[in-house]
Amino acid sequence: MALTYQVDDKGYYGEFGGAFIPEMLYPNVEELRTHYLDIIKDPSFQKEFHDLLRDFVGRPTPLFEAKRLSEKYQTQVYLKREDLCHTGAHKVNNTIGQILVAKKLGKNKIVAETGAGQHGVATATVCALMGLECIVYMGAIDIERQAPNVARMRMLGAQVVAAESGSKTLKDATNEAMRHWINHPVDTHYIIGSVVGPHPYPDMVARFQSVISEEIKAQLTEKVGRNYPDYVLACVGGGSNAAGAFYHYLDEARTQLVAAEAAGQGITSGHSAATTFLGKSGVLHGSKSLLMQTEDGQVIEPYSISAGLDYPGIGPMHAHLFKTGRAHFYDITDEEALASALELSQLEGIIPALESAHALAVLPKLQAKSTEIVVINLSGRGDKDLATYQQRLNLV
Amino acid sequence: MNRISAVFESAKGPILNVYATAGFPHLGDTMTVLEALQEGGADIIEIGMPYSDPVADGETIQQSNQVSLDQGMTVAHLFEQLKDLRVKVQVPVLLMGYINPVLQFGVERFCQKCQEVGVDGLILPDLPMAEYESEYQEIFERYGLYNIFLITPQTADERIRRIDSVSQGFIYMVSSASTTGAKTGISSEQELYFERINQMNLKNPRLIGFGISDRESFLKASASASGAIIGSAFVKLLAHSSHLREDIVTFVRGIKGLK
Repeated sequence: MALTYQVDDKGYYGEFGGAFIPEMLYPNVEELRTHYLDIIKDPSFQKEFHDLLRDFVGRPTPLFEAKRLSEKYQTQVYLKREDLCHTGAHKVNNTIGQILVAKKLGKNKIVAETGAGQHGVATATVCALMGLECIVYMGAIDIERQAPNVARMRMLGAQVVAAESGSKTLKDATNEAMRHWINHPVDTHYIIGSVVGPHPYPDMVARFQSVISEEIKAQLTEKVGRNYPDYVLACVGGGSNAAGAFYHYLDEARTQLVAAEAAGQGITSGHSAATTFLGKSGVLHGSKSLLMQTEDGQVIEPYSISAGLDYPGIGPMHAHLFKTGRAHFYDITDEEALASALELSQLEGIIPALESAHALAVLPKLQAKSTEIVVINLSGRGDKDLATYQQRLNLV
Repeated sequence: MNRISAVFESAKGPILNVYATAGFPHLGDTMTVLEALQEGGADIIEIGMPYSDPVADGETIQQSNQVSLDQGMTVAHLFEQLKDLRVKVQVPVLLMGYINPVLQFGVERFCQKCQEVGVDGLILPDLPMAEYESEYQEIFERYGLYNIFLITPQTADERIRRIDSVSQGFIYMVSSASTTGAKTGISSEQELYFERINQMNLKNPRLIGFGISDRESFLKASASASGAIIGSAFVKLLAHSSHLREDIVTFVRGIKGLK
């Protein structure tokens, strides 16, 4: 049988995936699993989804030829401008899709987790748009670190609840959102923000984000006369923007898939979030994947300067891409990401999110040829990271 | 015969199963707590294996897990603490925990250790039935371990029947849609659910857990099942106890209605 990078009918990508959930969540996840494909393949759903992506999100996002960056690295760099999406990042592609699914399932309340607050804002936004009640769990420490996004969510009418358990960051916010769903199984849909969680979430989120590579194909054809690049670069925390950027190239052997993980202060420093380098197979938040953990199987709190990348796991699809060698993974330190953020700002006039800066930082290491085409998924804009940039880049 | 089955066969009154987090309140308290539970009259003991991310548990049990982990508890250390279990404790013992630490310890090695120290069964809420049947059942059975499944008010009848067919020992009936310790007391709506399941004539007996905290809720739950499980309420007692053995014995006797 040919190697496949898509999810199989049991919810696995190779050895990774599945639905490791307590019985309390089984009816909800099973309801979603049995209906999600029918719902999202329905022409009326597709029309509503794509109309909203166009008129509300502002899609298609441009594919921008970064000429000065290309000149510097002697290759042909194109930026997929997800930073120009409404709410400032690719996250909204998924929340639009999932809120439409939630409505089809008859749910009138939404729960979500958020780390840096981008997914929380994207969820609060679509809940306001659709008039659904919204509760967002956010680690108590992240609430302090990301005050502007907390204010945005509240302004949009969402209730932001502090996750006070464990390490009080993204993984704990995810635990609390799952607990909330256990306690409110009938009327609530859980909008997971990345390609993580029990099957069918990784597949469903990847499908909603796949609009990114769908557009890249059409835009590249127009610009360079072929629909595939030689490289697609994207950062990976849980991995939703990478899943979207890779999706339509999974079986395109001429395209190398390149993922950037957050090495934090370095993969041997003890302050890192580079899961494929430091993790091993384990179960967290409902799926089996690569996971940063102790020898005893306790989950390790990761570190990255980027709040969107400090997740101890990685989506099961990416674990499979790593294991099979289909995608190549680079570890990018805080310092490298900061330098690339500054470089993009000054060469192209675009201030990237810290997460996206990790993908940009692969460019100096890639050694692409001058004839080769490199697409970098610029997943979000840097406004939310200004305080960090100000401090770390001495912008005073 | 597995000790769990023996308890259900010989029980005169409602069965009390008490959950205690291992290594809590202090790392070395595990065996003291187990012995006191037996002395007080607990019929089954469930030992919680601490985990960093226990999604099915509410605040009380989460915190006890964290305290235990911070004090250095590991799966290997727990088995070390339990090495003389069967010299001191005769009631059935279950290990309750999450699948990841078991995977890292090694499923087969874990089951072997359970058998060695005299553990009778496992409760792993994030191990789904389909995975259990395809990957774990054969190993668990080889080491004489019962795997206890959960059902909830949202579990469809057809699935309850399937769970009943793969269960051994008893079915853990979650009293309401909730995490552990989220609610206390039993409503009339819950009593209807208990009775609905009771009418299904399942092959396995049921113990009702979640929201059972005192003698009143214990008796209400036991009216439509073989007994009930107390977790968070007991962990709270452990957290505040200054005379562990005496407090535990008094608590258990109070629930069982013993003098």
